[in-house]
Amino acid sequence: METLAELLPRAGGVFVQMEDEIASISAVIGASWTGAKAMTATSGPGFSLMMEALGYAVFTETPCVIVDVQRAGPCTGQATRVGGGDVMQCKWGMHGDVEIVALAPWSVQEMYDLSVRAFNVAERLRLPVFLMADEAVGHLHETAEFHDRIAVEQRDRRKGFPPFGHGDPGGVPPMPCFGDGENLLVTGSTHDERGYRKVEEPQVHARLVERLRQKVLLRRDELVDVERYMLDDAETVIVAYGFTARGALAAARELRGRGRKVGLLRLRTLWPFADKEVAALDGRARRVFVPEMNHGQVLGEVRKHFRGDVAGYGQTDGEVIPVGTIVREVERLT
Amino acid sequence: MTRVFEQYLRPGVKATAFCPGCGHGILLHGILRAVDELGLDREKLLFVSGIGCAAWIPSPHILADTLHTLHGRAVAYATGAKLANPALTVIVVSGDGDLVSIGGNHLVHAARRGVDLTVICANNEIYGMTGGQAGPTTPVGAISATTPRGNPYATFDLVKLVLGAGAAYVARYPVTQPRPMTDAIKKAIRTPGFAFVDVASPCPTQFGRRNRFEDVGALYDRTHDLVLPREEAAMRPQSELAGRLVVGEWTPEDLRLGAGIPHDGPGPGGPPC
Repeated sequence: METLAELLPRAGGVFVQMEDEIASISAVIGASWTGAKAMTATSGPGFSLMMEALGYAVFTETPCVIVDVQRAGPCTGQATRVGGGDVMQCKWGMHGDVEIVALAPWSVQEMYDLSVRAFNVAERLRLPVFLMADEAVGHLHETAEFHDRIAVEQRDRRKGFPPFGHGDPGGVPPMPCFGDGENLLVTGSTHDERGYRKVEEPQVHARLVERLRQKVLLRRDELVDVERYMLDDAETVIVAYGFTARGALAAARELRGRGRKVGLLRLRTLWPFADKEVAALDGRARRVFVPEMNHGQVLGEVRKHFRGDVAGYGQTDGEVIPVGTIVREVERLT
Repeated sequence: MTRVFEQYLRPGVKATAFCPGCGHGILLHGILRAVDELGLDREKLLFVSGIGCAAWIPSPHILADTLHTLHGRAVAYATGAKLANPALTVIVVSGDGDLVSIGGNHLVHAARRGVDLTVICANNEIYGMTGGQAGPTTPVGAISATTPRGNPYATFDLVKLVLGAGAAYVARYPVTQPRPMTDAIKKAIRTPGFAFVDVASPCPTQFGRRNRFEDVGALYDRTHDLVLPREEAAMRPQSELAGRLVVGEWTPEDLRLGAGIPHDGPGPGGPPC
């Protein structure tokens, strides 16, 4: 954010430091409705504070990007130490049923690339997109390549259409903005396709909630993003994400050197979950191992979709999981 | 009564959500009259509100862009919208519970930042929509759902609060003075920087009934009788100002020592004001 404070005004943008995280996400939503690409970044307690407004962003279909640099919680926890305990929070921390998109970078390069992707997905689907980094990635110094030109998704601002849906069950309606002369009616209450409050009508609510879910679920194939390493003959597959996946890849290579058939399925998206990709390991891999800096938040998802043996290793001491630990834990399983 | 303001109402919205005798309808009329008299470009007009009865003044009634946000957060949403598109005229309309209690932090910081917003506080001295709970504007001694023995706590003087926080223009008028109220709203909109209008808007349902005002008229009489113009207040000893509704306009110039800061702070307790 400090870098954005320096760079954004030079690029014709606006940076403002609000009084707290609730105000920050609120200002992001207000800015987005004027047509601006808007983002904020936070960690730990600040992420918790943003939850109510994030539900508002989902329900009003407001494109925005939230960077959560996960740290060791709960509560204030270890403010400058690493954690991975917000994986479920970004999906389930808002009250009510929502589907969102969450990306998991493992490098400085991906902080850049996935930030671009996050904005594009947010604009295309009209929803908040989460860049779920962790402290280790957040404080990383390494080489990255920045591009002169990037593909930028332009918001569909066509006028004259209902701004909150149409017949298409997973459809993304056009989003004209404040000042476009559309007399927009935006509310966090249940609303019909033109934004009129309809809190007494069960079908309106059910239809809206379902469309917002299907907007993501029907596009899961284009959204879910994984990387596969040494999976062709792998008997043991490590499923990992974020900084932990770096250690997992090193561990898999080391274990290969010791003659063990180990591969890595790296999740570059946490949500929607890579259910098909995990299920596809069935019948080929004998077991899946999930190391993560929480107590089994992705492990539980993997268990839902992989029918073979699934084991996890959860570490929440504010340190990254060492390669040697992953090697040791996989060897114990095999 | 002229029907000229119908053009400012959103088609399909047939009835207001306000109780009989609520002051918010008068305030809605005043806002529309101000918009009309200023000749504002409605395409560049954005109303932002929070949660509560007053948040319904613009949303869904007014035919312009309206953003009906979360409880207390309207000013923060408005700040983002105004900074991202300075061409918009951004007007926040919400209640005292919303703006001053839940959103109090956003209010003072927006005033401090001096973002070009107009914030209109429909002040009914109580949380109306949620069932008549006490807020930071509930008079000392007043009965509410959460102060059945009388409110023991002091109230915020919104004029002092927001002016002290750095607002460029602050005014206070009740809906019983619709013309000065409307003029103040016009001035607030024209003011570059942060402007705030505290509008006393009686709530017969939640405040009036609990505090034994026989009918709507009696509650409006109370508001009318509490009014004290700031010029007159300046001539009176502090002890006579407790609980009075000191009305007028203030600018940062009034913060200079001895310039007569309004005072309508907590009364001595007992029955409402």
